[in-house]
Amino acid sequence: MAWQWFHRLGSPRWFYEKTTAWMPWLAALSIALLLTGAVWGLAFAPADFKQGNSYRIIYIHVPAAFLALAGYYIMAISGAVGLIWKMKLPFMVMKSAAPIGALLTFVSLVTGSIWGKPTWGTWWEWDARITSMLILFFLYLGMIALQQAFTHRDTSDKASAVLALVGMVNIPIIYKSVDWWNTLHQPATIKFTSKSTIDPSMLYPLLIMVIGFYAFYALVLLLNTRVEILRRESRTQWVSDLISATNKRA
Amino acid sequence: MKFQFETIADFIAMNGHGPYVWASYAITFAALIFLLVSPLLQKKNFIKQQQKLQKLAQANPAADQSVE
Repeated sequence: MAWQWFHRLGSPRWFYEKTTAWMPWLAALSIALLLTGAVWGLAFAPADFKQGNSYRIIYIHVPAAFLALAGYYIMAISGAVGLIWKMKLPFMVMKSAAPIGALLTFVSLVTGSIWGKPTWGTWWEWDARITSMLILFFLYLGMIALQQAFTHRDTSDKASAVLALVGMVNIPIIYKSVDWWNTLHQPATIKFTSKSTIDPSMLYPLLIMVIGFYAFYALVLLLNTRVEILRRESRTQWVSDLISATNKRA
Repeated sequence: MKFQFETIADFIAMNGHGPYVWASYAITFAALIFLLVSPLLQKKNFIKQQQKLQKLAQANPAADQSVE
């Protein structure tokens, strides 16, 4: 009984139908959190005594970087689950996670670069954190390219899952880069094991943004996975019924 | 909790950091909007395309197998 949910996860149809009702709630939650956090961070959080107002970029830079990394875990773990239990759905999640992760990594690199200009006086530096994030971006691009390189879907899924797992090596390097190499990038702001090096008046909007980004990530990952389910199951009866039941004006 | 700037003009200028801050937020939110809109459009197009195929299949049942 306890494992029933796990077996159900192997069923794209069950997953599609189950998640339909979640979509509007997840959308409302993530948009509310992102708007609240952004307005709070931009207008109501105090300015940093050292960096002035440029530090307000933290409210989008850090959450985007968090999700770029968390997205990689999700992608690699989905790939592993797909390989081990030979399930269809995890591969669809893995495929959907790649372009989202690539764009979020890109956003964290670009916002970091823009933040670097007024703070460090340079747009780019071959600092350990920045370089390892750039490698993460290329890993995501490699995933997207590899998925399109095969005509056979099973081969494509398996090869991409292996690439995602091999790329996992980079993740601890990114996390530890600010401690191992003491270069330009500042150390972590939020710490789970000790007190965060940030004042609560600045921390609360950041936490709201992080939760908002997680909710938004869940939303877009589900939306993309649901489209992928429809595509891959397009020949099944349930998708066919769903399509003929959908309003023609759509 | 209070508004940190004297005027709206100060808020936009952010003591000279305005262009950096606003550009970062603009790029981020543009990316988020793209992430949200893209799967919605893909779903819409997929359903449209499949509805066309269903119509074709109904009009000509013999051709059903060849429709991809």
